[in-house]
Amino acid sequence: MDEPLVKVDNLVKYFPVYERGILMRKKVGDVHAVDGLSLVIGKGQTIGLVGESGCGKTTAGKVILELIPPDSGEIYFEGKPVHQTLMKASAAEKKALRRNMQMVFQNPYGSLDPRMTVFDIISEAFVVHKHVPKKEWKERVYALLKEVGLEEYHAERYPHEFSGGQRQRISIARALATEPKFIVADEPVSSLDVSVRAQILTLLEELQAREGISFLYISHDLSSVRQITQFVAVMYLGKLMEYASVDDLFQNPLNPYTIALLSAVPIPDPEKKTVRIVLPGDVPSPINPPSGCRFHPRCQYATDLCSQKEPDWRELKPGHFVSCHYAEKFVK
Amino acid sequence: MADTLLQVEDLKTYFFTEAGVVKAVDGTSFEVNRGEPLGLVGESGSGKTITALSILGVIPRPGKIISGKIVFDGQNLVGMKDKDLRTIRGRRIGYVSQDPNSSLDPLYTVESQLSEVIMAHEKMPRDDAKQRVLKLLNLVRISEPEARMKAYPHELSGGMRQRIAIARALAANPDMLIADEPTTNLDVTIQAQVLELLKSLESDLGMTLILITHDMGIVAEMTKKVVVLYAGRVAEVADTHSIYTNPKHPYTAALLQSVPRIDRKKNLIPIPGSIPNLITPPTGCRFHPRCSFMVDKCAVDQPPLESPGPGREVACYRWKDISLERMK
Repeated sequence: MDEPLVKVDNLVKYFPVYERGILMRKKVGDVHAVDGLSLVIGKGQTIGLVGESGCGKTTAGKVILELIPPDSGEIYFEGKPVHQTLMKASAAEKKALRRNMQMVFQNPYGSLDPRMTVFDIISEAFVVHKHVPKKEWKERVYALLKEVGLEEYHAERYPHEFSGGQRQRISIARALATEPKFIVADEPVSSLDVSVRAQILTLLEELQAREGISFLYISHDLSSVRQITQFVAVMYLGKLMEYASVDDLFQNPLNPYTIALLSAVPIPDPEKKTVRIVLPGDVPSPINPPSGCRFHPRCQYATDLCSQKEPDWRELKPGHFVSCHYAEKFVK
Repeated sequence: MADTLLQVEDLKTYFFTEAGVVKAVDGTSFEVNRGEPLGLVGESGSGKTITALSILGVIPRPGKIISGKIVFDGQNLVGMKDKDLRTIRGRRIGYVSQDPNSSLDPLYTVESQLSEVIMAHEKMPRDDAKQRVLKLLNLVRISEPEARMKAYPHELSGGMRQRIAIARALAANPDMLIADEPTTNLDVTIQAQVLELLKSLESDLGMTLILITHDMGIVAEMTKKVVVLYAGRVAEVADTHSIYTNPKHPYTAALLQSVPRIDRKKNLIPIPGSIPNLITPPTGCRFHPRCSFMVDKCAVDQPPLESPGPGREVACYRWKDISLERMK
């Protein structure tokens, strides 16, 4: 098998929580944002990372890009350890590595500098990485705008002159400007209007097919994940619950959390009445996550074992990984 | 014959801003039948929230109802004195907003916020009100209601806050509940809890639900009749089944083709362009710049509401040509 483009190995990121004392801050605990995440992303693949708010999916995306350094674990990009390289390497090597990995943020209103024109926003990548000679800048910016479905004359405008969907296109053009091999897209459509979402989703699909770029698509919207990804990882409270190809996962989920999550999404078809599993309670605090399996307080199948022992991460079917003591009984 | 609970007729609510007149709701008409959950569907700027606020008579400045009628149970609410409106708003029509964080007062406990509403509509001793609060919390399935009563909103999770907001809307036992995107800020598993709750309230209390949303999945599941709004006007009205199987407005059909579904992968067909600005909306049919069925007439004249079948209305010159197959 080919070497994967990105390999994430046992990534851990805790955020300390402090209590304000009289003289000194006292550490009272850790937010277990990402707790042992392992993922493999092949060339030209789109992997979906799904979960509810607070499950650590955004932190995971940022740590994978080393925008936040991990506490432990390593990210390998084309076999090269990213964390180690960034800790030790020269500025030039760091830049070379960074150029290959880009991010598209959730909020296109906050992620574009309001005082820069679209041309400046996109060409900033050329300033930093110097991979395009200055006389070709204009041509390249126009080509990038075209690639994301905008026009040449948009280059001289400012972000406030654009709608949300157009701004997200600009963000994507900016990410593409460094000619990356890997893009982390963090909820790229969730702040857009429904009729505009499909435009961005199809654009991402096209980019993946045409440019062979790998995506990590972070989202809580399972319908869009089904639409544009090939593999899906489900996260709950910092831990991976299940990983499989998109068809396997949606047709035969093996973790009770995934099963409940899928059953909770309303289907736009009045004739389809699904049996919905309503989970009791809320997502527990990631500061003191439950013992054993983190999902056990909300799980209808939980036994004593679940609260005592953390389930192993195992490959139950070829390519279908799950973390649940009783996953066998869900196999169809 | 269906029993009409609410009738909105040619409602126009405009906002007089410095940049110009925003025609947020521009000639909207629809009817709500008693016991028949209605979905008001539209994107941002379609006028769905302003329609709801117009019904409640709480349009923020500089907005104003310019013309039209809102007839609730035989009474026209437009132009009604505020004193009289108060006997209807809250008491007979409940409202749950999108954001429970801003609709609950952070400085008061759950108990005092709920009992305030109860005592505003009905004179009773505080102890009786407290009993009613407990009942309400049980109704919306808050666990440990005795303890939660003493809590402040920030001590509760998002799902719980939304249930408190629903409890408050139910405090006076209204005939109609308007829920404005009640689950947009919630996670899917919590959304499932709130939707199940709304369904059970409807059947247990005999309340008529108006659900405002942009999520076609929620509409399919929760409603019997749908009003599709686009840029302040009604695009289509039909029973929920027909909306999904046989839409007659190009916007409805295009919207259905553009939303991904969880049960299967399909070819997404995006709608080009974006939502129009309502200060200078497109002439004629407001959807025409984005419509693949557009003919010359669409850019000039506003299409009237025609009826393609019993209980159905559509504002499109070419509704006879529209079907889901033709969109592909």
